Amino acid sequence: MSRDQILAALRQNQPEPVPLPASIPLERIEALELQAKFKTMAEGIGSIVHLVDEFAAILPLIEARFSKEKRVLSTVKELVSAAIPAFELHADPHSYADVDVAIFKSGLGVAENSALWLTEEQMGIRVLPFITQHIVMVIPLAALVPDMHTAYQKIGEADYEFGTFIAGPSKTADIEQSLVLGAHGPRSMTIFVYA
Amino acid sequence: MKRIGLFIPCYVDQFYPNAGIATYQLLKKLGLDVTYPAGQTCCGQPMANSGFEHLTGDCNQLFVDNFAEFDYIVSPSGSCVLHVKEHLHTVNSEDQAAGIRKKVYELVEFLVDVLQVKNLKAKFPYKVGLHQSCHGQRGLLLTQMSELVAPYFSKPQQLLAQVEGLELIELKRTDECCGFGGTFCVVEEAVSVKMGKDRVKDHLTNGAEYITGADMSCLMHMEGILKREKSKVKVMHIAEILNAG
Amino acid sequence: MNTETKTHPELSEIFNKDEQRVNWHDETLWWIRQKRDKSAHSIPEWEMLREKASQIKNNALSNLADYLVSFEEKALANGIIVHWAADAAEHNRIVHGILEKHGIRQMVKSKSMLTEECHLNEYLEKQGLEVIDSDLGERIVQLAKEPPSHIVLPCIHKKKEEIGDLFHEHLGVPAGTSDPQILTEAARQHLRETFLTRKAALTGVNFAIAETGEFVVCTNEGNADMGAHLADVHIACMGIEKIIPKRKHLGVFLRLLARSATGQPITTYSSHFKKPRAGQEMHIVLVDNGRTIQMGREDFRASLKCIRCGACMNTCPVYRRSGGHSYNYAISGPIGAILAPNLDREKYADLPFASTLCGSCSNVCPVKIDIHQQLYKWRQVIVQEGYATSSKKMSMKLMNYTLSSPGIYRTAGKAGRWVLKHIPFAVNNQFNPWYKQREMPEAPKESFGEWYKKNVK
Repeated sequence: MSRDQILAALRQNQPEPVPLPASIPLERIEALELQAKFKTMAEGIGSIVHLVDEFAAILPLIEARFSKEKRVLSTVKELVSAAIPAFELHADPHSYADVDVAIFKSGLGVAENSALWLTEEQMGIRVLPFITQHIVMVIPLAALVPDMHTAYQKIGEADYEFGTFIAGPSKTADIEQSLVLGAHGPRSMTIFVYA
Repeated sequence: MKRIGLFIPCYVDQFYPNAGIATYQLLKKLGLDVTYPAGQTCCGQPMANSGFEHLTGDCNQLFVDNFAEFDYIVSPSGSCVLHVKEHLHTVNSEDQAAGIRKKVYELVEFLVDVLQVKNLKAKFPYKVGLHQSCHGQRGLLLTQMSELVAPYFSKPQQLLAQVEGLELIELKRTDECCGFGGTFCVVEEAVSVKMGKDRVKDHLTNGAEYITGADMSCLMHMEGILKREKSKVKVMHIAEILNAG
Repeated sequence: MNTETKTHPELSEIFNKDEQRVNWHDETLWWIRQKRDKSAHSIPEWEMLREKASQIKNNALSNLADYLVSFEEKALANGIIVHWAADAAEHNRIVHGILEKHGIRQMVKSKSMLTEECHLNEYLEKQGLEVIDSDLGERIVQLAKEPPSHIVLPCIHKKKEEIGDLFHEHLGVPAGTSDPQILTEAARQHLRETFLTRKAALTGVNFAIAETGEFVVCTNEGNADMGAHLADVHIACMGIEKIIPKRKHLGVFLRLLARSATGQPITTYSSHFKKPRAGQEMHIVLVDNGRTIQMGREDFRASLKCIRCGACMNTCPVYRRSGGHSYNYAISGPIGAILAPNLDREKYADLPFASTLCGSCSNVCPVKIDIHQQLYKWRQVIVQEGYATSSKKMSMKLMNYTLSSPGIYRTAGKAGRWVLKHIPFAVNNQFNPWYKQREMPEAPKESFGEWYKKNVK
């Protein structure tokens, strides 16, 4: 009922169709040094960034940094050790409520804002990147793109069920505009960019 | 020689004749043929901005009758000029109204864009704060707007830079509204006054001896506040500074 | 405080009784405007980006019916249940119905200005249901029993000490706590408990994609995701104007949204919900509530392009000095003042006049809505529909009478400067609001016209 009324009213009241703009995505006017820009932007919004020469260097760094945390999970099969068990899927998302650290691998990072793209497949379970106290992301240098236009070009018509851009730890400035990291989601975000 | 019709807005005519006189003298100094049509009153903006644009028909016709014959219409008020540009319409002489909408200029833009004045012989040895009146700035593009990502320019500053001895002060907020806003200043008295106080304070904190601008209405508003605060700082229309010395 | 019956000028006057607080409110929001400027200036192609966003929105509005049909078709195929609501009441009934079907009495909700517009919380509470707002700012105003005063920064009007008092009373933090870090941590613990125990979560929608049937929700706190991914039922509510044609257009809007709102390069989370998770039920409610009517108003249609960034509020010199509650509408500030009259011209007759028409709002708008031009146009509509006060009507007629006749104008001018009594800044001179805090201009001995007559031959 309402559906048909709304659509009829729109067809009555809409203006003449106007075309979509040509040429999206835009060409960036400014040449961008991807790695440096990514790092600057990420640190600017509270992420911790490690640029590492090889993938093998990452695991010891994670182990050292989070040695005191109780429940650490890795969704990245190359980043699993005695201290860092592999993620196992439980249907009930609540069972991840006590996760301290969760590790993910992103295949797309955006230099202009340091956002990293994760799809449900890469998350293990949707709630994990949000419910964990600390989030660790690894991304190959080659997966960095300059801006959101190129990011969506790369995403293309991918048929994910759920996907998200994550830029930094969860945060709020609702109290007198004082920035506080760790609103409802992770309190910190550590990013490893590897060559 | 091109003929210039001088449009002196009603409140300038009645309260700030010196701004009108300075405008007239300045244009004469530049060798122009300037006439003040005696039958003029107002552009109709006070009514239109209050939602009574439908009552401005007679006022608009009067404006057309007074100014249609000139090559340029020049006025020392960005706000009134913008109103004419955007809203001057008449039932019987729409062609003439359309012509006026194209040939009406605010004084500063006329000096900079049409006359391309580069060397004013003026002297004003004081510290001056420049108020960017919104309609002149955002409506007539007298100065680049701080909101936009675009190269900076300022036509009033270009002219003030030609005045000997004048020191332009920096403001903390370069283009915030003074809160006059026509009927806004009485309908929204509390906010209007607060906006005016804040604007004046910015000028005072940064050492202005005079506050100037291309719109007398904003200056009148700030003057009302300066006087109530018993400040020695004065307001002066930009025409008076450009005509000084 | 009952603000329902007071006008914007009256509420602003109350707000301005505490000048220090006005200064604080103004400076806080101006600081956000400056962050926005800095962020915008870091993108050389910013103005072109605004133009593209505007064009995409124009296209979306001009094909909205088709895009909605496409969105619905794709969303259904993706396993999302789609509802349509003609107005606020129907929207509220739909949400209630979904909760009832599942026997759910408690729901967690992330930010949705649409549900504020529809007064969903009040409605559900009357039905005996509990709604907890999970955005920190919204939770704070909910505890204070106030509406949000800003669409992006709901409790921007509150001081940390006041928030401390609220949290002391409701969340048990020690009396006198005012450290934002500690207060935020207390809210985190309280709301985590909420997220973990609620079976239904409601979120807003920032963008819905006609091409794919997915919708995008942007937050910094992660509260929309925490709610949605833990709940058995996810309800997403959106105004029908949230549709954009293609996924790739998100590239344009996500570059603009957070930079315009707070100066951040992007929100922490930009979550793309395409299909419900296994075992979850996902609903989307498409709401009209006056939007189709606004679509038919040529002068005001562009207000439907709004992406709710709040930049126009932060830059508005009036909003900064009157506070969001002075607008009496779910969406405050300049954009609220052009949206509200669509719903009720009489009730919101004062809002289009709560502006100096300075135009700053239109300049910061990421989708280039001509906000200040619409404010001017609403004034004309409101007056013509008879919602101007009668004293204003009289003074305007008198002014027109005088200004239309040079003879009367000159006589009036001579008689003690007619303008002093009748020009807008001095109308209603029985109370003379100009003079309350400002000196009147001094009447000179002669007008310009008189000088000219004497001195120019």
